[in-house]
Amino acid sequence: MSIAVTTQIICFSVLSLVVIVGALGVILLENIVYSAFLLGGVFMSVAGLYLLLNASFVAAAQVLVYVGAVNVLIIFAIMLVNKKEDLKPIDNLKSRRIISTSICLTLLSLLIRVDLSNVWGLADPNKSIGEESTIRIGEHLFSDYLLPFEVASVLLLMAMIGAIVLARRDVMNEDISTGLPVDQELIEKSSEPLLMKKN
Amino acid sequence: MNIETIPLQAFLIVSSILFCIGIWGLLNSRNAVRVLMSIELMLNAVNINLMAFSSYIDNNLIQGQVFTIFVITVAAAEAAVGLAILLSLYRNRVTVDMESFNLLKW
Repeated sequence: MSIAVTTQIICFSVLSLVVIVGALGVILLENIVYSAFLLGGVFMSVAGLYLLLNASFVAAAQVLVYVGAVNVLIIFAIMLVNKKEDLKPIDNLKSRRIISTSICLTLLSLLIRVDLSNVWGLADPNKSIGEESTIRIGEHLFSDYLLPFEVASVLLLMAMIGAIVLARRDVMNEDISTGLPVDQELIEKSSEPLLMKKN
Repeated sequence: MNIETIPLQAFLIVSSILFCIGIWGLLNSRNAVRVLMSIELMLNAVNINLMAFSSYIDNNLIQGQVFTIFVITVAAAEAAVGLAILLSLYRNRVTVDMESFNLLKW
């Protein structure tokens, strides 16, 4: 990358700040719609970090797939299931919070200790292929990573069919057992909970 | 002090923090959509790690970037299936509260 080191450091600081504050907002904000849009901001900043690492193709893929597909999908899901509901209180919420927070902080301190104490075998920066990484990724995908590439396409097909099968509604006009016409209203709006009847 | 470039450790620390935030959200969220978002955050943290190692340690072959592409693919598939499962759960239970999804509880 040809921009000056000071610029790089400023960009890195701003992007990491946005990533961390945005991620905290995603998990802490009450309104889940704000969380979804903040998640989009986090994804964009991560793409910026990829650009700092000389990976323009992966940054573009990140923006297209995460911001363009995953985030939009999450917002659609929020719109479909967004219901104001009062959550039932849990008995030992406070001890749960304390335990999970301490677990996360312990893990964080361990990870940071490993990050800082390990001696990483850094490669010679002059050998870096820099902006030609897109060409190298293409070579990888069609030589030594050809099988994973093809398997990924099968995986995407399976995920697409699976998602359709799981999410579709039955569109039959009459009930099989009773023969009565079926209510074609949006099930998300008005149906009795099927599995909670015994309570 | 003469810094030639951003140290590798800076990227690693950012990704560690992001991963731990993701785990905290995964453990403490009661909304199922937020749990899926936390999983996406953790996947992004792993991707930052892979990209940083690919750029600093393997800067000629950049196999880490290929791995990142595959992780992004799997994450997209995971999000689609996860949200479909969430929709059918919502249809059966009419809630997205994680505490009420206890059908398999022993």
